[in-house]
Amino acid sequence: MKRSHEPVVWSLFGAGGVLSALFGPVLILITGVLVPAGILPADDAMSFGRMQEFAGHWIGKAVIVAIISLFLWHGMHRIYHSLHDVGVHAGTGMKIACYGLALAATAICAGLVLAVN
Amino acid sequence: MATRKPYIRSMDGWWRRDPFFVRYMIREASSFFVAAYALVLLWGLWALERGHNAYDAWLEALRHPLMVLFHLVALAFVSYHAYTWWKVAPKTMPTVRLGGREISQAQISAGGWAAWAVASVAVLVLVGWGTR
Amino acid sequence: MAETKFIEIEVFRYNPETGLEPRFQTYKVPFTDDMSVLQGLQYIKDELDGSLTFRWSCRMAICGSCGKMVNGIPHLSCKTFLRDYYPNKVRVEPLTHFPVERDLCIDQSDFLRKLESVKPYVIPREERSLAQGEYVQTPAQMQEYYQYSQCINCLLCYAACPQYGLNKSFTGPAALALLHRYNADSRDGGREQRMELVNAEEGVWGCTYVGYCSQVCPKQVDPAHAINQNKSASALDYFMRFVMPRGGE
Repeated sequence: MKRSHEPVVWSLFGAGGVLSALFGPVLILITGVLVPAGILPADDAMSFGRMQEFAGHWIGKAVIVAIISLFLWHGMHRIYHSLHDVGVHAGTGMKIACYGLALAATAICAGLVLAVN
Repeated sequence: MATRKPYIRSMDGWWRRDPFFVRYMIREASSFFVAAYALVLLWGLWALERGHNAYDAWLEALRHPLMVLFHLVALAFVSYHAYTWWKVAPKTMPTVRLGGREISQAQISAGGWAAWAVASVAVLVLVGWGTR
Repeated sequence: MAETKFIEIEVFRYNPETGLEPRFQTYKVPFTDDMSVLQGLQYIKDELDGSLTFRWSCRMAICGSCGKMVNGIPHLSCKTFLRDYYPNKVRVEPLTHFPVERDLCIDQSDFLRKLESVKPYVIPREERSLAQGEYVQTPAQMQEYYQYSQCINCLLCYAACPQYGLNKSFTGPAALALLHRYNADSRDGGREQRMELVNAEEGVWGCTYVGYCSQVCPKQVDPAHAINQNKSASALDYFMRFVMPRGGE
């Protein structure tokens, strides 16, 4: 019986799942609700200067890449499997589209954090 | 010998037949918002790299009522993801024993939810700290 | 004297010899509060319609023969009571995800093949002679696999599992729980041999943790737990084979 390569994406899915299950809601709350609504002052919490400083640190870069990349690997893995659940079996093409998006986003993200500051 | 003609039933609409499956599909749908939010952040990162004006434009876009609405919906779904994630987590581990006593699945889930609460408070404090 | 209560039982009927599509037939069954769905079916067969075909045996939830869909949910019909549905209609169908042979009887041969495929027997670590005597096992060692040994092969978990429904090559909950039962048994040394199946798409990777299997199991075997803890084991096996190429066990 052929060994499945699922463990590779399952591990990424799991890491993204843990990260989003710990930090997902609060990050969405801050960046998507509190700051835009003015409850948390944007000029302080998410100012350009502050973000630049954060992304300047190697720790900040690592955090940014971890969150964006792993959130996407998590989501795309489940989206791919959910498509199968509802009867969409586009096979290898769908796999490449879903995981390709996560891979591309990871690469773009890494490139951007290295370019910024 | 009697005639055999096994009848195969369709799987069409299987998840609509049982509330348990509907909840499963909602749980899986939550991951779409995890991915979508990551793309919003990626957009912000791209804006950050382009400079002050581009980044401020991104912040302005986040203020649009539809964007806030999207994030409120995302918040609900990703919170449901977090809740169900820790509910399921003990099933991926063998039975954990600490000093001879078994740690129940409920206790492991409770630990996960507690970690979610602590992490959330920590991030709020960290972000709030900088605004002082 | 109390008036006889009647309950309507709507039953899935299918006769392969007629070439007709399946249909539902409704029977009015007199019932008392202690009657199970199985007893309702038996009343129909004995008094109303002798052609109704269904499986049962022990009528006390241990043989695993009488699994049916009751109002769309997999149940042991001997352990499901008409009083919980009265005065509403009770709809009885054959277990989902299996081909229907006739009326409420399904073809379970695929499941039997899956059972065989997991090597469901103790595989000794080394050759043992009779003179060595019996295996010794502590209560704690038995605890490790006991719950997974309680499976009565009733197939409710397969009826509950949409991944099995969508793809018959998936080994499925009960068979994988049984696989884990042997891996977790201190007397067994066959984990290596079973890993090939575990690591395959047909093994644990066909599962998406819907979790319905563990919910419907009448014996609390928790097949979802058996499968999903083996995902971690399988992932470890996948990555560790580059670090530690297998020599011994």
